[in-house]
Amino acid sequence: MVAEALDVKALLNRERRAERVFRGASTFCAVLVLLILGGIIFSLAYDSWPALHTFGWSFITAQKWNPVTEQFGALAPLFGTLVTSIIAMSIAVPISFGIAIFLTEICPVWLRAPISTAIELLASIPSIVFGIWGLFVLAPILQRSGQPWLIAHFGKIPGIGFLFQGPPFGIGLLTAGLVLAVMVLPFITSVMREVFAIVPMALKEAAYGVGATQWEVVRGVVVPWSRAGMIGALMLGLGRALGETMAVTFVVGNAHRITGSLLAPGTTIAAAIANEFTEAVGTLYTSSLIALGLLLFLITFTVIGLARFLLMRLESGAGARD
Amino acid sequence: MNLLRRRQIHNILAFTATGLATLAGLSVLAALLWTLISRGVQSLSPALFTQSTPAPGSAGGLANAIYGSLLMTGLGILAGAPIGILAGTYLSEYGRGTRLASVIRFINDVLLSAPSIIIGLFVYTAVVLQVGHFSALAGAMSLAIISIPVMVRTSEDMLRLIPNSMREASAGLGAHPWQTIVNIIYPAARNGLLTGLLLSIARISGETAPLLFTALNNQFWSTKLNAPMANLPTVIFQFAMSPYEDWQKLAWSGALLITAFVLVLSIVARMISKLFRKQSGA
Repeated sequence: MVAEALDVKALLNRERRAERVFRGASTFCAVLVLLILGGIIFSLAYDSWPALHTFGWSFITAQKWNPVTEQFGALAPLFGTLVTSIIAMSIAVPISFGIAIFLTEICPVWLRAPISTAIELLASIPSIVFGIWGLFVLAPILQRSGQPWLIAHFGKIPGIGFLFQGPPFGIGLLTAGLVLAVMVLPFITSVMREVFAIVPMALKEAAYGVGATQWEVVRGVVVPWSRAGMIGALMLGLGRALGETMAVTFVVGNAHRITGSLLAPGTTIAAAIANEFTEAVGTLYTSSLIALGLLLFLITFTVIGLARFLLMRLESGAGARD
Repeated sequence: MNLLRRRQIHNILAFTATGLATLAGLSVLAALLWTLISRGVQSLSPALFTQSTPAPGSAGGLANAIYGSLLMTGLGILAGAPIGILAGTYLSEYGRGTRLASVIRFINDVLLSAPSIIIGLFVYTAVVLQVGHFSALAGAMSLAIISIPVMVRTSEDMLRLIPNSMREASAGLGAHPWQTIVNIIYPAARNGLLTGLLLSIARISGETAPLLFTALNNQFWSTKLNAPMANLPTVIFQFAMSPYEDWQKLAWSGALLITAFVLVLSIVARMISKLFRKQSGA
């Protein structure tokens, strides 16, 4: 009897120990996520110090990027990142909105799953495939017909004509923006669809009840109710576009300069890093590229963080408002 | 009557536009797949899987790159999956409702969409610079770091689908939380966790940017974990940007292989996930 009681006690102790170990391991792994973030910020900040120390604020405001004289300024890649992302967003957002509305409001139920699966599969295609497609398929088409048409029709209009100057290279900021648009489209669409799907049925029924057409319900009920979520979806897409690397590296042209024309070759932060990092010689060059990485991380962190914040508030509010 | 007419026309116009948007999205996917297949099959041959990457102008395959990609993806997921599942377990079970869990969830969601090239830079500065050379291990490590947020997110979502009544029943029999998790929750969520695993593999097998400055590339067959290793995405990048036509052809075949692999994984993951959601009644 006594021996058996001791055994039970030992067993309980062992189980308690196992509990502590398992609980500790899972907590540690969860905290590891925070450590990864901390490690990224610390190591990027540490290794970009030589560049930031040498150039100070002029690292962000200077355009010159010259490995030979070791003069580095991030303005051109910063400019390219913003321009390509703006092009991408202005194309992808309306189309994503259209697809999301089509899928939640109009599409027959049996067609919904296949179409949304197809759109989401677009998101799983590796970015390098978009890059090679952009370089060998999209860019030649643009060079042959798209860009000459833009130059002929918009190049002479005062005010916006400067956007469409110069020879049609095929590759350049516009092409990069187009490829980015295709890449962020599935992300924006799927978040918007989720946001539209949680609009309370009662609100929509009330609008139909007073005689609204389907489109009036979308404009008057679905869109106003989903405003925060739509902005969240948009910013999530923007975060992707800002940081996308491989696809852009293929088609942006990789030229460190700022021009008014969208048809001209340029570069983005991510493309500059991908293109030059393995060839960079000397501490200052490498450090400047890492500083570019730090800059990119801070920008995308802010944008994605804001997006998640908006979406999180919506998620927790959805239950309360129903 | 006139007003009603106008509203109806508005309605039709608006919805035609949304239909066209959907059509545009679908046709991009179709165009992409069509190009991939028509250009990729041109040099699809057994040599692709048996010979290493050639010098320009000579025949060859992608065998060393395929091996390197499989190995690094495998090692990456081997390291990333257990960490991700355990962290997801914390968020769904031990930490549910705590402030720490919501901070971790938020940071994890941000890392999920963070540019992968940043992860490459991080591993470069933290590992490659310290060790002094590029290596397949550093490549695998950056892939592991990219897979962790995906695993955390999907495992938490899947574990949460398990009804609380099962946890309560197990606790009522006197089980410790770890016994409940290992013996009840994990088996019940098996298909869900499998979905997360497949999605993570799909996500990291096509990643290029983080491998550029960690695993680098290798023209030759190499099995050394401690040395630069060829991998499909980097080879595609290098070959596609080159002026040599046979290299470009190989790049297309590589792109077709990777896309087919990733799409099959994603579709299988989707099917398992649907099955799982049906089973757990969600």
